[in-house]
Amino acid sequence: MLILTCPYCGVRADETELSPGGEAHLTRHGPGSSDDDFHGYLFTRENPRGVHFERWRHAYGCGKWFHAARDTMTLEVFGTYPAQTTEPPRDICDAITARHPGWNWRDFS
Amino acid sequence: MSDPVSALNGAEFHGLIDVADAGLTGMITLRGNLGAAKAKKAVKAVTGTAVPAVGEVLGSGETATAWMSPDELLLIVPYAEVAQRVAKAETALAGEHAMVVDVSDARAVLTVTGSDAREVMAKLCPVDLSPAAFGKGDFRRTRMAQIPAALWMTESDQFTVICFRSVADYAFALLKVAAQPGSAVGAF
Repeated sequence: MLILTCPYCGVRADETELSPGGEAHLTRHGPGSSDDDFHGYLFTRENPRGVHFERWRHAYGCGKWFHAARDTMTLEVFGTYPAQTTEPPRDICDAITARHPGWNWRDFS
Repeated sequence: MSDPVSALNGAEFHGLIDVADAGLTGMITLRGNLGAAKAKKAVKAVTGTAVPAVGEVLGSGETATAWMSPDELLLIVPYAEVAQRVAKAETALAGEHAMVVDVSDARAVLTVTGSDAREVMAKLCPVDLSPAAFGKGDFRRTRMAQIPAALWMTESDQFTVICFRSVADYAFALLKVAAQPGSAVGAF
């Protein structure tokens, strides 16, 4: 069972109250971009055994999108943060470093 | 013109606890920047309360203001006065980027009353409803089995539950099953 705290309403929401939105921090490459960039945006995803960043929506609650950092193997949640950002906040990276020294995920470490 | 009728049309169930249709309830959705002075003025004009904090419901009985999301409030007013109070809110919000909509007939309201009310609701919602975690003044949007619902406590042994009108029968049936006589768990 996965429990994430919605950063907007502060509710400790059960997984059944949320809907998953796939990988976080994707850069959108639309019309005019190179084929490689577009292919990457559309198809290339991380599939880590460990630290992962995801988008979730508090679908049965306030309805807002947010980001979550968690461990896919242990289901440990490092933190959640609002969707209006292109990179994870410092305190969440620090929490991950405390548990997984030397971690990296895409361009973040 | 035909008379307005609530979705459950006065249905009642008496089991472990009492489940009843709350009847016609005026509900107004207000969306916009809740921190704006005009939004505060509009809420004051419609329900007479302040803008509630996150996860809070203010007021009582027929008139209340509930926090739905960072940019949405639910204003509960007497059914007969909805149109008049929507107009009041629109006047107060003139020039502000905001939306005021009468949603009274899009939703159904039920009351769940009895000493085991917490237990019955806790069977259906993934919410900590222990007295220490949830009490009067708290407002929670969540799911009730398969459907979205919002709930808050109007008395120490009474919940008011809002769901969409189209699933009112389902909500009532759910509550009836969860409140079968002899189904007490004794969790709280």
